[in-house]
Amino acid sequence: MNLQGKVFQGKSWGYLGAIVFLLALWQYAAWSLQTPLLPTPQAAIAATIRLLEADLGKHFWVSTYRVVLSTLTAFLIGLPLGIIMGYEDRIDRFLAPLVYITYPIPKIVFLPLILLFLGLGDGSKIFLITFIVFFQILVTTRDAVRKVQSETISSLRSLGGNRFQVYRYVLLPASLPDVFTSLRLSMGTAIAVLFFAESFATTEGLGYFIMDSWSRAAPDEMFAGIIMMALLGVGLFIVVDFFDNIFCRWQHLNGYKEGK
Amino acid sequence: MIEVSHCDFIYNQGKSQVKVYDDFNLTIEQGESIVLIGPSGCGKSTLLYLLSGLQKPTAGKIQILGDSVKGTRQKTAFILQEYGLFPWLTVEQNVSLGLRVRHTVKRSYKPLVEEMIQKMGLGEVKHNFPSQLSGGQRQRVALARALTLQPDLLLMDEPLSALDALTRERLQGLLLEIWQEQKLTTVLVTHSIEEAVFLGSRILVLLDGRPTKVVGEITNPLVGKSGYRQTEEFFQKTSYVRSLLERGGLDESAR
Ligand SMILES: Nc1ncnc2c1ncn2[C@@H]1O[C@H](COP(=O)(O)OP(=O)(O)OP(=O)(O)O)[C@@H](O)[C@H]1O
Ligand SMILES: [Mg+2]
Repeated sequence: MNLQGKVFQGKSWGYLGAIVFLLALWQYAAWSLQTPLLPTPQAAIAATIRLLEADLGKHFWVSTYRVVLSTLTAFLIGLPLGIIMGYEDRIDRFLAPLVYITYPIPKIVFLPLILLFLGLGDGSKIFLITFIVFFQILVTTRDAVRKVQSETISSLRSLGGNRFQVYRYVLLPASLPDVFTSLRLSMGTAIAVLFFAESFATTEGLGYFIMDSWSRAAPDEMFAGIIMMALLGVGLFIVVDFFDNIFCRWQHLNGYKEGK
Repeated sequence: MIEVSHCDFIYNQGKSQVKVYDDFNLTIEQGESIVLIGPSGCGKSTLLYLLSGLQKPTAGKIQILGDSVKGTRQKTAFILQEYGLFPWLTVEQNVSLGLRVRHTVKRSYKPLVEEMIQKMGLGEVKHNFPSQLSGGQRQRVALARALTLQPDLLLMDEPLSALDALTRERLQGLLLEIWQEQKLTTVLVTHSIEEAVFLGSRILVLLDGRPTKVVGEITNPLVGKSGYRQTEEFFQKTSYVRSLLERGGLDESAR
């Protein structure tokens, strides 16, 4: 088997171990607590399978669509802007105060305004997640670019590289590892915000599904929703890791060596 | 070939200013191999930055083959201190980057890159990343990348420091070969007196101070002669360079 295959196999065992561990913990808690609020894993999994045949799948895809689209938008705006702010001092001097003032404000307080202008549909939810995740990506990227040594830039310049090529061949690849880290962190934030945004004024999405099951006092269905949310998170992490391994291969060389 | 006339250079360090060069003059002929040696912080790297066009003199003029240096120049290759390789590119990508940046068509640079990789003995590691190479291999990558640009002027900032003694001697031999074979003009910075005398057709001993001064200029006509390292003349030149450096140190403490 080739190296990547072996690494992949190693990772799969890791996931399997984690799942078994969590299920055992859950089972133990359900047995010892003996409360209808915490169903056993079997009941929850049975409910998941049953509900997937109904409309749980639809809720899952709606949530996936919202998180992916908003994170992608935040990434596509935050990455270039962060790189530019990190390199062009003049732009940074102008934009940094703006970012510092708006970053700490909990964006959720704008929700009434967002709902007013974007309505109750997908737009407002996607905007809210994008808005929050954008700042994380922007600030991380800018700081990553600032860490780039001036010698590295001089080295490209000495080869005849122009300003655009400094971005393309130095600043972008140098900041990518940190950008992937911020993407992973953003995934957690994005899903938390998603849950919040879906928990009212909508009838679609995992957030709605979980809250609705709760109000109907159907804990096994609620846990089916939680399982799907966990799957959504894991799926997104795997996707980010996948791209990280492709675009930042130079960062993962030790990992490959250990895999031998 | 190179004419540095009446150059001043000042670094701004916060509010204070560091005058590294004041009315500095230097002429380098085509095909010379200049070695700059001097204590740390005396301005050797700064001089290379000026010659490469990455830094502009605060006053004065630098001309190469009659043209004023304004920004980087097509036929100047510069190997920065600590190699200046890009950790995210493989050996092959690093070597071809200069040509890519210059919009050379891939079809036409591929063979040149391959030839350089073979010549520098990097065939086995061409898909490795810099972090997977030894110091000597990294240095050869930097050299290969510089040479693919087919330069007429090669600037090197302490290219062989941080190598073990034998690797270092082998690469010194390689540098000498390249210089003789390609009729390049080279300017090399080193802290090693032996290396200076082995590689330099002319050695400039710099002394720090604000501004930097040239305290000695040694012509070294026998450079490149086989077995030079073992000769009496070699020994005399190294002692002389050493005495200049030491005398500089004395002057320093007397001030
Ligand atoms: N970017 C910079 N900003 C401000 N001052 C600088 C800068 N680079 C160098 N200097 C100062 O200029 C002087 C000359 O530095 P330079 O790097 O040319 O020395 P060097 O001879 O190459 O030293 P070394 O042998 O340690 O590499 C030093 O005193 C240094 O402090
Ligand atoms: Mg230096």
